[in-house]
Amino acid sequence: MNTHRLSASERGLKIFFYIVLSIVSIICALPFILVISGSFSDSAQILKSGYSIVPRGFSLDGYRSIFLFPAQIAKAYGVSLFVTVAGTGIGLMVMTLCGYAISRSELKYRNVVSFMIYFTTLFSGGLVPWYIVVTKLGLKDSIWALIIPAICSSFYILLIRNFMKTIPEALVESARIEGAGEFRTLLQIVVPMSKPILATIALFLALSYWNDWYLASLYVTKADLWPLQYRLYNILNAASKIASVGAENFTGKILPTETQKLANAIVATGPIIFLYPFLQKYFVQGISIGAVKG
Amino acid sequence: MRAVTRGVFKELYKHKTLYAMTLPALIFFVIFSYIPMMGVYYAFIDYDFGKGILHSPFVGLKNFQYFVSGGWDAPIVYLTKNTILYNLVFILLGNLMQCIFAIMLTTIVGRLFKRTSQSIMLLPHFVSYVIVGTIAYNIFNSNYGVLNSLLKAMGGSGVSVYMIEWIWPIIITLFFLWKSTGFGMVVYLAAITGFDREVYEAAKIDGCNLFKEIRYITLPMLKPTFIMLVLFSLGGIMRGQFELFYNLIQRNGQLFYATDVLDTYIYRAMTVNFNLGTSTAAGVYQSVFGFVLVITVNRIIRKVSPENALF
Repeated sequence: MNTHRLSASERGLKIFFYIVLSIVSIICALPFILVISGSFSDSAQILKSGYSIVPRGFSLDGYRSIFLFPAQIAKAYGVSLFVTVAGTGIGLMVMTLCGYAISRSELKYRNVVSFMIYFTTLFSGGLVPWYIVVTKLGLKDSIWALIIPAICSSFYILLIRNFMKTIPEALVESARIEGAGEFRTLLQIVVPMSKPILATIALFLALSYWNDWYLASLYVTKADLWPLQYRLYNILNAASKIASVGAENFTGKILPTETQKLANAIVATGPIIFLYPFLQKYFVQGISIGAVKG
Repeated sequence: MRAVTRGVFKELYKHKTLYAMTLPALIFFVIFSYIPMMGVYYAFIDYDFGKGILHSPFVGLKNFQYFVSGGWDAPIVYLTKNTILYNLVFILLGNLMQCIFAIMLTTIVGRLFKRTSQSIMLLPHFVSYVIVGTIAYNIFNSNYGVLNSLLKAMGGSGVSVYMIEWIWPIIITLFFLWKSTGFGMVVYLAAITGFDREVYEAAKIDGCNLFKEIRYITLPMLKPTFIMLVLFSLGGIMRGQFELFYNLIQRNGQLFYATDVLDTYIYRAMTVNFNLGTSTAAGVYQSVFGFVLVITVNRIIRKVSPENALF
């Protein structure tokens, strides 16, 4: 592979790169290690001497407390799962249909439609008018408030369009000659060929739905409808107020316990960490496609 | 005129299935983007949920009053300053880091090392900002935080990080880099992978070493990508990273002067203070200013490289 031998200075540079990248990797991983080790720590010891990188003592109390009332966490999991699956499914469908239509050169007004979609990224009415529209639609305190306002992204539609534009016209034409309608052409020819971009967008969508707490914070007051991240947000929020004032004024009022908070954080992120090695590959591929074709 | 309308209908009818396919998305954008755009009007009335938009009294610029009053300490001044400065640092430092690490990674031959470090650097992108807030809290909180327990273990005294204003711009920037470098890096990696291998081979034969290769081949070839990505992001400089700021700072009023941006201010004005007027006014300011910026940036891109212009 190497056509020439590396000089000493080149080797030095490479070693330097290895060291820098190792340090950066450790810095990137460290926060996760802190949270994980904190979640397995012993509450009493945390109160006495604070968190550290290695767990203080070992205890599963943080986790045990979560599963003491499994209904709560199960509900939040259910909401998050439903929102993620429904949002990703519907969103992908709506955006694929639109992206396909405006990728077709025979559509005279495709650029008008594209511009209508694109313009929404340039100018917006702001938070309050948007909030009022969603409220007026009766979405408040409904699970659909966590799904519908985020179902379409102009950026993704244009990505799909750009990808589908690269599919040879002849293929679509031949399907047409054999008598296939628009829907059949889309489903049997265009969608299978667009799998890379559609898979990537599905991943992006699923990730943003799973990690969303913002829509819940605006539109959902009933605890029954809290997705995982918003539930976690509320657990932490109660505690951080105390922390910002200083615990001296709040001794004995630590609710929920420190380790419980971190255990909750782990439980809310769990599925992503498990799926990460699998998802990562598609993710990287997808961003690369977007970067080259977008 | 009539002929034109007939032409439009003829086209719509001819490709009715295709146009119908765009409908769900178009309806979405009309409801959630275009109708709210008209809501800019809310900024000039004393909106009353009960009375509705038409019967609420028109108040002119009154809603902007609170936002702009206070001389150099007015919200509009420090919010604009914070929003622009933070985003500028995020964009420039972010792209720089992404570039540097992408270049470093491409020189690594060992596959296992390459893959592992890339995976670890991308991992933060996958966690929610609520988790980011948890992590910050876990490190910095004044009672049990890792930082303070380390300081105490070394014989020092504790620090209340959440009380120190000047340190937060640094912490926020570090968390931004932590969260976004791995993701942004992928674009640069893809760009470098796409470069012509033959150029590198030829350079090697001519005795080009690794330093020169980076300095005279990789960097110049990355320059257009870097400039384009920076320019694109500059258009959105008035908004963004709401979740980062909100979850790190939350409602910690002491830190607002140094850490509040337009997005967080608007969100709090609506959800915490229930001040719809001020919130909408600040939102209109953000949208209009942002729009002007995008148009300006696009003009610049058109001059620099017309084929990359946004519109």
